[in-house]
Amino acid sequence: MGEDRRRFLKLAGLTALCAAGKGSLVRLAGAESPATGGAAKKKIRWAMVVDPRKCLEKEACTACIDACNHAHNVPAFDNPKHEVKWIWKEPFADAFLDQDVRYIDQALTTKPVFVFCNHCDNPPCVRVCPTKATWKREDGVVMMDWHRCIGCRYCMAACPYGSRSFNWEDPRPHIKQVNPDFPTRTKGVVEKCTFCDELLDKGQLPACVTACKEKALTFGDLNDPDSEVRRLLRSRFALRRKAGLGTNPEVFYLV
Amino acid sequence: MRERAWIFTGLAAFLALALAPVWQSALHGAARKPEPKIVTKAKQCVEPTAEMRRNHMELLNAWRDTVVRRGQRTYLAADGKTVTMSLSGTCMSCHPNKKEFCDACHNYLAVSPYCWECHIEPKEKS
Repeated sequence: MGEDRRRFLKLAGLTALCAAGKGSLVRLAGAESPATGGAAKKKIRWAMVVDPRKCLEKEACTACIDACNHAHNVPAFDNPKHEVKWIWKEPFADAFLDQDVRYIDQALTTKPVFVFCNHCDNPPCVRVCPTKATWKREDGVVMMDWHRCIGCRYCMAACPYGSRSFNWEDPRPHIKQVNPDFPTRTKGVVEKCTFCDELLDKGQLPACVTACKEKALTFGDLNDPDSEVRRLLRSRFALRRKAGLGTNPEVFYLV
Repeated sequence: MRERAWIFTGLAAFLALALAPVWQSALHGAARKPEPKIVTKAKQCVEPTAEMRRNHMELLNAWRDTVVRRGQRTYLAADGKTVTMSLSGTCMSCHPNKKEFCDACHNYLAVSPYCWECHIEPKEKS
């Protein structure tokens, strides 16, 4: 009995020592490792602010859509059920289904708004993807890896915004003018807006933002209090699409 | 042993069929090993030629993952040179002759990489 207790006390003491030692080791490593030092660097959180009022000036304007479709080889299928959309127009009331739009300025609510992937901070499409073909980047962009997409369309079922499209046919013959610098997709692959990751990586703005002459689209870093997007969000009230679902969409619509 | 003639005829036929590759190549000469036609004037690829011949598929896979998954687009070669990681941009700018450069060997080895189902191949005079 006495032997047992002694052994127990020894073991307990050793365990406590290990636990304490580990804590201080972690703290020590944390203070000196360059990996954690890097985290102190300001993290970027890309977001878009849309000003639908500026779109009212030229109602038939589709400059952003055209620029995007050309930049990313978005196919134009004849069958409306097969439509592939990255950025498109949606009637105001449909875009903001959870909003009571009856008393919002009619000039705005009777016209369509431009919608695209919301690059949610809590993206449901990412949670359901079985192959990690879609994931959230460090900078908040909800990316797609078309090499890995198996076309199961779980992400399309999960996305509450209909931001994802499926290639039911081979898209190649349906691309009006092929941009050789960007790949096409194949039949059986899902695609969507990626905030022009290929341009972001080069330090440029997304194609739709550059194409819009009316400056209706503003792109920037939400984590930077001096950025243009933060300035706009401070000065005017903004709606988000179906924010109540908890997806935390990062595309804002000024009203 | 009345079937001896049949047995030996059958055996001979079987051997002739089984050894078809041997006598076919003796008759017609072995298929010529393809040599990828290099049209660029550049002295060296991103890595030494021998390395590229053996491991270009691994390099391209690594490029793909680094660009798409990590958003890094610049490759640091072993000799300190930096290049943009892009199949249609970087590789094909020096090797625009896909048919003679890629397809010649891939067809010979019966491998069919699916790069060009999405990536756009350079225009060639056919």
